[in-house]
Amino acid sequence: MRFGVVVFPGSNCEQDVVHAVEVLGFEAGYIWHGDTDISGYGAIVLPGGFSYGDYIRCGAVARFSPVMAEVVRFAERGGPVIGICNGFQILTEAHLLPGALLRNRGLKFICRETTLRVEESACQWMDAEAGTVLRIPINHNEGNYICDPAALERMQSAGQIVLRYCEPDGSRAPGGSAPNGALDDIAGICNEGGNVFGLMPHPERVVDPVVGGTDGQGVFESIARRIQEVAG
Amino acid sequence: MARFQIFVTYKKGIFDPPGATAERALVSLGYDEVSSVKIGTFIELEVEDGTPEARIAEMCDRLLANPVIQDYRIELVGEA
Repeated sequence: MRFGVVVFPGSNCEQDVVHAVEVLGFEAGYIWHGDTDISGYGAIVLPGGFSYGDYIRCGAVARFSPVMAEVVRFAERGGPVIGICNGFQILTEAHLLPGALLRNRGLKFICRETTLRVEESACQWMDAEAGTVLRIPINHNEGNYICDPAALERMQSAGQIVLRYCEPDGSRAPGGSAPNGALDDIAGICNEGGNVFGLMPHPERVVDPVVGGTDGQGVFESIARRIQEVAG
Repeated sequence: MARFQIFVTYKKGIFDPPGATAERALVSLGYDEVSSVKIGTFIELEVEDGTPEARIAEMCDRLLANPVIQDYRIELVGEA
């Protein structure tokens, strides 16, 4: 199982992702954003960072990188794609996922651990049982998820809401549990097929136990299991 | 050379965090008459003469604005 990690100018979490998947015993390789050959990878990761300096809007320019046309084709054929933080922003700009990510409600860059509730979803990157609470850090300025009411209803009924910010006990505060103001406490969503997953938290930062947690392991293990099942 | 000005703002109903913060700050400075502040992006483009506005709109839809959350207004301000 080999993960392809796309590197845009300004990406800065690609090494963390490669380290995380190698700790789990999988292989990983970097894909430069100008490349158009992504064959040989079982799954594609769009990592966090500040692609193209976040100019115009986060992810707005990266979306037009040569590699993205291939990533879109890969995703449309059912290939597994994950966008983490800036990668999530790129996936919404590329219309692989609905909605958009606005500036955090409090206008502050937020860097801290969050608690996230796993929802009942079709996401191939998330095997954990619904109701499980994960501790995964966030590190962003534009994570305030928004979409129109019709899209929210569609995602809700199609099982596309994968992760919600929650209180440590798994409940959601009446005024919202999202530190960034995200609509409906949404932290991560997937497409209808469940193969494209975008999330603001950084699962790759809680894979290697030496950095203080392992709650991100399931994301990479889930998709690897899934790919092996399909292949087997 | 033709010059277009583009004003990108959030759609109605989309929360604008910088605008809301500026609004609270103005009121706290004593400008009680302020009831709404919207903060957006101003873009000025110079293009070949005769470039149709529809072409500028296409640029907005594809790159300069995100139609999911933003509206834009295009003005032709000068032709050399």
